[in-house]
Amino acid sequence: MNVFTMAEMAAEGREPEILFWVGCAGSFDARAQKVTKAFCQILDTVGMSFAILGNEEMCTGDPARRAGNEFVFQMLALQNVQTLNGYNIKKIVTACPHCFNTLKNEYPALGGNYEVVHHSQLLQELINTGRVKMQEGGTFKGKKITYHDSCYLGRVNGVYEAPRSVLASLDAQLVEMKRCKTNGLCCGAGGAQMFKEDEPGEKRINLERAEEALATGAGIIAANCPFCLTMMQDGVKAKDKQDEVMVYDLAELIVDSMVKI
Amino acid sequence: MIQQVLFVLIAGASLGYAVLQFLKIRRNIKLGKDEPIAGDTAERWRNVLLIALGQKKMFTRMIPAVLHLFIYVAFVLTQVELLEIFVDGISGQHRVFWPILGGFYTFVISFIEILSVLALVATIAFLARRNVLRVARFHQPEMKGWPFKDANYILFLEVALIFFIFLMNSADMARHNDEYGFVVSQFLSPIWSGTGDGLLHVLERIGWWGHILVVFAFLNYLPFSKHLHIILAFPNTFYARLAPRGEMENMPEIMNEVKNMLGLPVENAGAEVNMDNLEFGANDVFSLSWKNVLDAYSCTECGRCTSVCPANLTGKKLSPRKIVMDIRDRAEEIGKKLDTKDTQYAKDKAQPLSAANFEDGKSLFDYISREEIHACTTCNACVEACPVLINPLEPILKLRRYEILSLSEGPSEWLPMFNSMENNGAVWAMSVEREAWKNEL
Repeated sequence: MNVFTMAEMAAEGREPEILFWVGCAGSFDARAQKVTKAFCQILDTVGMSFAILGNEEMCTGDPARRAGNEFVFQMLALQNVQTLNGYNIKKIVTACPHCFNTLKNEYPALGGNYEVVHHSQLLQELINTGRVKMQEGGTFKGKKITYHDSCYLGRVNGVYEAPRSVLASLDAQLVEMKRCKTNGLCCGAGGAQMFKEDEPGEKRINLERAEEALATGAGIIAANCPFCLTMMQDGVKAKDKQDEVMVYDLAELIVDSMVKI
Repeated sequence: MIQQVLFVLIAGASLGYAVLQFLKIRRNIKLGKDEPIAGDTAERWRNVLLIALGQKKMFTRMIPAVLHLFIYVAFVLTQVELLEIFVDGISGQHRVFWPILGGFYTFVISFIEILSVLALVATIAFLARRNVLRVARFHQPEMKGWPFKDANYILFLEVALIFFIFLMNSADMARHNDEYGFVVSQFLSPIWSGTGDGLLHVLERIGWWGHILVVFAFLNYLPFSKHLHIILAFPNTFYARLAPRGEMENMPEIMNEVKNMLGLPVENAGAEVNMDNLEFGANDVFSLSWKNVLDAYSCTECGRCTSVCPANLTGKKLSPRKIVMDIRDRAEEIGKKLDTKDTQYAKDKAQPLSAANFEDGKSLFDYISREEIHACTTCNACVEACPVLINPLEPILKLRRYEILSLSEGPSEWLPMFNSMENNGAVWAMSVEREAWKNEL
């Protein structure tokens, strides 16, 4: 499978249907790279024409902005807007809710106006329109799955149903955690916490959340965010349950259960 | 006649004093920076109707929501009776609406009586929740001292209000052979059987005066109390920001500076700003927006924000409620100092003390520690939880901006991240290319 960059597409005079914004985690983090690849496979399977920015992509600036460093945010964001506008990008999909939020809600003030969707929303659309077909009796049929709402997709942007509808297509048994949807508990990574030590306290946030997820008895914890993925994985490991309970992104679950050509 | 004169004097004095206090609060709120009110007015009114008037967000927790609703509806409807008390008090009449409304009067007062009973039940439940059950969120560090007492005083005052209403109505019924037919008081008036008319009249007057005096006391207590939310919840929901929750306010000065650095065209160019003397973010009430300060005065310290804060839940020092309370305390401190007109608090001692000429050597950082603002995950749970649309996250992020941009301080572990973002365009410094993963497909 070939993944094209915008530069390559532009050189051939082609325009993709959608730009896949990979993000730093999706590009560099070994765990999140698997999600990136899974999502590319899905897009490739359904024949959706997409491209990435590749080396022209930069961090959206989200963690810098939330840490308080507006200079670094503006430096990156303005360059990204330049790049995106230069390629005349109209529609963007991303597997990271932080990138999603920044591209969608913060770039307009900097002159970047795009239709931005999170990959869970695109997956829902692809499933609903029949472009992604699920296998009969797929890998996760009847299995117990619990879904962890990321703050930036859920509470911040109000997307609660799309990821749940994607999970419903797996024919699995979805069990909700005590705190879910508007009341979902953060994994502990947001606001640039991912990049620093915790402040003094009694417990790590991801442990609190992992305990809640484990309490559902689900064998799979589904996430929609690369940082949640890491945090939940670490939490499960801290409880020594990494052999029984797996943490997956929605794209990984779908790619495992969809009909491949 | 004496009662009329007394009533007019007391009413005038207490209303007058209350107005003065409210004007001070208005002044304190306006210590904050101007913030343009953008967005659809219809949506703002919708927020007032649904969230303030309709209590929509209260109902995420059913039991306190219903109990609170009893007190709230009783409070709103008692205003009808208060109107009569005012007319009676000034004109010297007794139950002026009774001959006019007749049976409907009985219905209205009976309705208020039923709600008062429900409100009494709720008030007792709330007292029990704070003092007997000791619900955790009412006993966190920021609730020690005045906030804890404040909450109890309010509830005691409510009990007093209800007590006086029933004393008044039942004694009045006993005096007039139960002709009013009030639904609750008819069961209370037999208590007074055998009491002489003179004493009944005195009891009725104690009820009447007691009620209105507590109302006046309440009115003048509001400016010092979390109970102020009964008024400010309405403007606060009206002025709540309508922009997407995930959008942090843009900083055009910095955007334009960076555009210059990158050689990008700058709108409104020519308005060259000297970046050296600028302060960014907020370190005090003056650099927050007035809406942030209005938020602080609207807070009733219910702690729903703190009870869902992931940092607080896991034992970190951050409590969104405390941040909001600190802002109010600091605004109050500045207000009080301004009232002294003492030039020791002036930046320029030769000029009179004013909000623009104020420097007491303190800031919000004397109230809020770095540790608190560093613990926030920006998860928005506090924003979601607030029943009156207070945003505790916004001031936290403004304090972070001040710390990083104006002081060049902040958690040292963030430095490598900033450097890597600036130099490599990624949050991590990586030796491989951004698109290297492609080769493994």
